[in-house]
Amino acid sequence: MSLSVQNLTVVYQTLHGDVRALEKASFSLKDGEIMGLAGESGCGKTTLGNSLILLAPPMRFVDGRVLLDNEELPIWDTDRMDPFRFKKISVIPQYAMNAMNPTRKIGQMTREILQARKIDPGHMMTEIKRRLDLVELPHKVLDMYPIELSGGMKQRMVMVLSTLLNPSLLIADEITSALDVSTQKAVAEMLVEFRRREFVKSMIVITHDMSILYQIADSIMIMYAGQLAEKASTEVIIHDPRHPYTKLLISSLPKVGVKVAEKRLTGIPGTPPMLLDPPIGCRFRDRCPVAFDKCTEVPPFIEVSEGHYVACWKES
Amino acid sequence: MLKLDGISKIYRVGTFGSKELRAVNNVSFDVHPGEVISLIGESGSGKSTIGKMILRLIAITSGKIFFGDQDITALKKSELKSYYRLVQGVFQDPFCSLNPIFKADRAFNIIHEEFYPDVKPKEWKGRVEKSLTDVGLNPPHVLGKFPHQLSGGQLQRFLIARALLLDIKFLVADEIISMLDASTRIDVLNLLADLKSRGLSILFITHDLSLGYYISERAVILYRGCVLEMGTTDKIFSNPLHPYTKMLMASVPRLDEKWGDVKVELRAKTQDYSTGCVFYDRCPVAEPACMSQPTLVEVESDHSVACIHFAGNFNSSG
Amino acid sequence: MIERLRNNEFLFFAFRNKRLRVGLFIVLFFLALTLVGPLLAKYDPSEYAAYGSHPPSAEYWFGTTTFGQDVFSQFVLGLRATFLVGMIGGGLGTLIGVVVGFTAGYNGGIIDEVLNILTNIVLVIPTLAILLIIAAYLNVRGIVAESIFIGCTAWPWAARAIRAQTFSLRTREFVDLSKLSGMKSGKIIFTEIAPNMMSYLVMTFILQFGGAILNAATLDFIGLGPTSTISLGLMMQYSVLWGALQLGQWWWFMPPGIAITAIVGAMYIMNVGLDEVFNPKLREM
Repeated sequence: MSLSVQNLTVVYQTLHGDVRALEKASFSLKDGEIMGLAGESGCGKTTLGNSLILLAPPMRFVDGRVLLDNEELPIWDTDRMDPFRFKKISVIPQYAMNAMNPTRKIGQMTREILQARKIDPGHMMTEIKRRLDLVELPHKVLDMYPIELSGGMKQRMVMVLSTLLNPSLLIADEITSALDVSTQKAVAEMLVEFRRREFVKSMIVITHDMSILYQIADSIMIMYAGQLAEKASTEVIIHDPRHPYTKLLISSLPKVGVKVAEKRLTGIPGTPPMLLDPPIGCRFRDRCPVAFDKCTEVPPFIEVSEGHYVACWKES
Repeated sequence: MLKLDGISKIYRVGTFGSKELRAVNNVSFDVHPGEVISLIGESGSGKSTIGKMILRLIAITSGKIFFGDQDITALKKSELKSYYRLVQGVFQDPFCSLNPIFKADRAFNIIHEEFYPDVKPKEWKGRVEKSLTDVGLNPPHVLGKFPHQLSGGQLQRFLIARALLLDIKFLVADEIISMLDASTRIDVLNLLADLKSRGLSILFITHDLSLGYYISERAVILYRGCVLEMGTTDKIFSNPLHPYTKMLMASVPRLDEKWGDVKVELRAKTQDYSTGCVFYDRCPVAEPACMSQPTLVEVESDHSVACIHFAGNFNSSG
Repeated sequence: MIERLRNNEFLFFAFRNKRLRVGLFIVLFFLALTLVGPLLAKYDPSEYAAYGSHPPSAEYWFGTTTFGQDVFSQFVLGLRATFLVGMIGGGLGTLIGVVVGFTAGYNGGIIDEVLNILTNIVLVIPTLAILLIIAAYLNVRGIVAESIFIGCTAWPWAARAIRAQTFSLRTREFVDLSKLSGMKSGKIIFTEIAPNMMSYLVMTFILQFGGAILNAATLDFIGLGPTSTISLGLMMQYSVLWGALQLGQWWWFMPPGIAITAIVGAMYIMNVGLDEVFNPKLREM
C-alpha cells in the first residue's frame, strides 16, 4: 500500500470566518509504515486524520490530492468515499470507546455495522473470535453491554472492529490518551501486532505523547499550527531533530531519571497563533529562536536527507 | 506539616447500599514542610479522593488528618474558612475550575471579599499583580479576560496565583498539568519547584511517573485505595520492590529506552473488593498467603513496601 | 450583575432563530392586544349590548353572545386575565420549584430525600378533587386565587428538572473552588450554579407560564374558575354551555380557543428556539 498526500488544505467554517486548520500538507507513507503524527493541541493532526476519511461540515475541503494505492480518494465527497471507508481506509476516532451505543450489546452492534456494509456477520464470526483472542478479550464480551467493560477493553474492542476488513490504512486518533499506563502499553503493542499479522498495512498514529511513538512508530511527523514541520524516522526525530520547534519540543519532555534539582527543562515561551487569521509564512516564526526575515515566506517541506523532511529555511 | 493517619473513604453501593466500595483504604503518610510529595496512581487508585479529603471537599469515612497539631477531620463547616487560608487546591481542568460565564478575575475578587474585606482596592490590586508576576504571568495580558480567552497553561498559573494570594503553606495539586500541552507543562512544573524552594509544601497528584520523579523528593504509590510502596523517589525508582511498581515502571513509555518484554496482566472491570492484597489478581508472584492484607513494612530507611514477600520473617513456600 | 459573555453571538443567534422570532412575535402580539384592546372595546363585557346573538359585524367585531354581550370586549378582558394567570401562576410555580430544586439538588442527602417525598406527594395529589373542596368553601373566587392554586400544584415538574441540573453542576470543579474560597452554600447556588443554568431557568418559566394558562383554561371550562371576572376559558365554557356549537355561533368559542392555542403553542415554540440559542451544539451553521 502507499499513501500520497499532496497539498492538502482544509478549513473549518465558523461564524467569524474560515479557520485555516490544515495548510498545504504534503507527505507520503510507505507500505507497512507506522507513522506517528504528533504535535500540540490545535496543530491540525486530528484535522488531517479526519479529512482523510470523513471530511464533513464544519470542515471544508479547499485543495489537494490524496492517493491511496495509486487510486485517488474523493475525500471532498462523503458519498463517494463510502466504498473506501472501513474496507480500504479505517479509523479509530478519539473517544471511540465512549461512542459505543450504551443500549446495544457489543455483538449486536458488530452485526449492525457489518450489515450496514453489506457483509454477512455469520461469515465473519470465526474471524471476529480469532481477533478477540489476539487482543485478549473473552468471547463473551459480545454478549455484554459497553458499560460492563473497562476503558482498555472497550478500546481493544474498537480496534478489532475498525480493522475487521483488513484496511490498507488505519488512522488511530489518540487511542491511548484515556488509558492507564499498563493498558496503554498493551494497546500500543497490539497495534504493532496487527501490522505483523497483516490485518492492517500502514498506520497513522495520532497522539501528543511522543514517548508512545518512540516505542512503536517507524517514523514521526511533527505538525505545528496547521503546517507540517518535520518528518523523519523515530530515532532521528527523537535524537537528532532539525526543525527548531521539534528541538524545543523534545527537550521539554521529562524523562525518568531527570530531576528538577539537577537539570531544569525549559518549555517554549508564547502560544500557538490563532488560525482564524494566521501569520503569513512560517507560523512558528514568533516563537522561534532562530527566525530571520526569510521566514515570512512559507518554507517548503523538503527532503534534507534520506527520508528526512523539514520545513525550515535554516535547514534547507 | 500534614499527616494522614489511617484515612479511609468507603462508598455504599449496590441495592440499598449493601455493598462497600473502598475508594481509599487505610492510607497513612506525612508531608514535611517545604517538601513535594507525589501521590502516584492510575485511575481508580483513590489519589484524587485523598486530595479532596485533605481539602475537606469530600467527607472522611474514618481516620484522621492532622495539619500541624490541628485535627482537621473534626473541623466544623464554619471553621473551615481559617483552614482554607493555609491550604488550597488546584485541579486538573483549568477551564472547568473557573465559572465560564464570568471573567477570570472574579476568582481574585472572591478571595478579596471572603478573606481580606478590609484591604483597600488599590492595595489589593498591587497584591494581585505581585502574585501574577510571581507565577510568571504578565498582569495586563491576563487581567480582564474570560477563561476561554486564556490558554490552559496561563489558567493553571492564574489559579496558582489565586492560591498564593492567601499566603498558603500547603498546596494540593491534582493532575494539574495533564491537560496542558507538552511545552507549557514544564513551565508550570518549574513554577511548582520555585514555590517549593520558597517553603511551600505540595502534594503532587499524578499518574505520570516521570513527572513525579522530576519534581518530588518522596513518592507514594497507590493502587485501588491502598498504599503499596512509599519512600524517596530515588530509592523507589532505582530499586522498585513491589510487583505493581515494577510493572508500572516497565509499562511507562520512555524516550530513552524501548519497552522490554514484561507481560502486563489486563483484568476485567468488575472486581469485588476482597480481603487480602488488592494487587492479588494481577500479580505475577502472588501466593496463597497474599490473601491476608499485607502491612507497610520499612525495608530500608525511607523506603517501605506493602507486600507479603517483604514482611519481616516471611518465608516463601517455594 | 451577570456579564453575558459572547454578547453579540448570543443575540445574533437569538434573533436569527426562526422559532424564537415566530414564537415571540405571536406572544407579543397578544400581549399588545391586552394593552390596546380594552381601549378599543366599546362595551363592558357583561353589558347587554344587543338583542340576542349576532355574527361579527362592523359594530360588534367578534359578534355577540346569546345574551347580546360583545364578544370582542369579553375577549380582550379575558386575554388580560389569561396573561395574569400565566404570570402569577407560572411565576409562583417557578419560584417554588426553583427553591425546592436548588435546595434538594445542592445539598443532597437527607434534605434531598425529604424534599423528594414532598415533591412526589404534591405531584400525585388529585388537584381536581382539592379544587372542588376549595370551591365548596370559598364563595367568591378571583383570578389571583386561581393563579395561586395553580402555582402551588404545578411546581413539582420544575423542581425535579432543576434538581437534576443542579446535581450535575454541583460536582463541577468551579463549585469546589468556590467552597475553597470560603463561600457559603446559598451564595454558591445563586452566584455560581444558577447563572450557569440560566437557559434552563428561563425555559422552566416559559413552560410553567404556558402550563398555567392551559390549566386555568381547563379549570374555567369545567366551572371551577373565577366567578368574578371573565376569562378565555370561561368564555369557552359559557359558549358550550349555551349551545354555541350546535347553534353555529363560531364567533363565540373560536376566538378564545384560537388565542389560547396560539399563545401556549407560541411559548413552546419559543422554548425550542431558546434551546438552540443556549446550546451551541444544536445550532446550524
